[in-house]
Amino acid sequence: MSDGCGAPAQTASLPATVDLANEAVIQGTVVREGAPVSGAYARLLDATGEFTGEVVTSDEGIFRFFAAPGDWTIRVLAPGGVSIDSQVTAQVGEIAALEVAI
Amino acid sequence: MSRSDVLVDSDWVQAHLDDPGVVLVEVDEDTSAYEKGHIRGAVRIDWKTELQDPVRRDFVDKTGFENLLSEKGIANDDLVILYGGNNNWFAAYAYWYFKLYGHQNVKLLDGGRKKWELESRELVEAVPSRPKTNYVAQEQDHAIRAFRDEVVDAIGAKNLVDVRSPDEFSGKLLAPAHLPQEQAQKAGHVPTARNIPWSKAANDDGTFKSDDELKKLYEEAGVDLSKPTIAYCRIGERSSHTWFALHELLGLSDVKNYDGSWTEYGSLIGVPIELGDAK
Repeated sequence: MSDGCGAPAQTASLPATVDLANEAVIQGTVVREGAPVSGAYARLLDATGEFTGEVVTSDEGIFRFFAAPGDWTIRVLAPGGVSIDSQVTAQVGEIAALEVAI
Repeated sequence: MSRSDVLVDSDWVQAHLDDPGVVLVEVDEDTSAYEKGHIRGAVRIDWKTELQDPVRRDFVDKTGFENLLSEKGIANDDLVILYGGNNNWFAAYAYWYFKLYGHQNVKLLDGGRKKWELESRELVEAVPSRPKTNYVAQEQDHAIRAFRDEVVDAIGAKNLVDVRSPDEFSGKLLAPAHLPQEQAQKAGHVPTARNIPWSKAANDDGTFKSDDELKKLYEEAGVDLSKPTIAYCRIGERSSHTWFALHELLGLSDVKNYDGSWTEYGSLIGVPIELGDAK
């Protein structure tokens, strides 16, 4: 083991060790007036609204989840009481991409 | 035990940042978070490189813990305030770890780094220097740490609380959804475990839910609060968060954290594993 359950750095390209053929990736960017927002919180909620994961956006405003196939909700939290939900569908072998404007 | 014995809020931290005898400690897995900014005066503990044995899968030993705290400038009678990212998972893990080695005067910043950030409070890059101390730790308190054989023995006898997400519990995922899913261990959960994801004990801003809400949460999921309880997750840090809720907030007397958790249990030969929803 030793790697924790914490989120890794949120990079624009998939980590080299990841084989997309086996993953259902949800990836997005948080923007404010077109500019990326770093340090926002992206939460992944499953089809029943249950919390599944949370990451902090990178300097490029990026967040990424390795989900299971199906419907998910992305909730973005940011200072000033911002909380925005977006719906997304994930499939194995694909990157479901979205942009969240706050 | 009251909540104020184990938790402080961000206003309290703001007001006591400069108090002598109060040491703020940020605990993260991603240590670059600290470098980008931390609460003024906070020292850093790196979950991976400073709390874990570099070779074996185990904690640093008593001497290692003493050296670590001495170098961080933490004294035996200091009030340690822990906080961190990931909804305080690693801070809760460190809290449990401080208790394991006998440091009694330790509290968590409720909501951790997230709440502090969402409230737009000050973060600085300056790293404080604290004079070295001669910290003396106690032997590990195994009343709060469970090992694998105890977990197998607890099947059908004690409460087993699996705090991973429902998809990890049922065997659909092997790791949290922000991590790649290819792992060596088998998927599933310990038979008779109840699935109460750690996140149900927390609000969106990372603060803990009220005692009444917590009690209702565990009871409704079938946890008998009068019985001994073992909490586990994948590697033991999310379950530290739940251990904190059960042992420190609700004040249950016999609650252990199984830090081996699923990465150990799911790799054991011959132990029972259940798939799907809780039976």
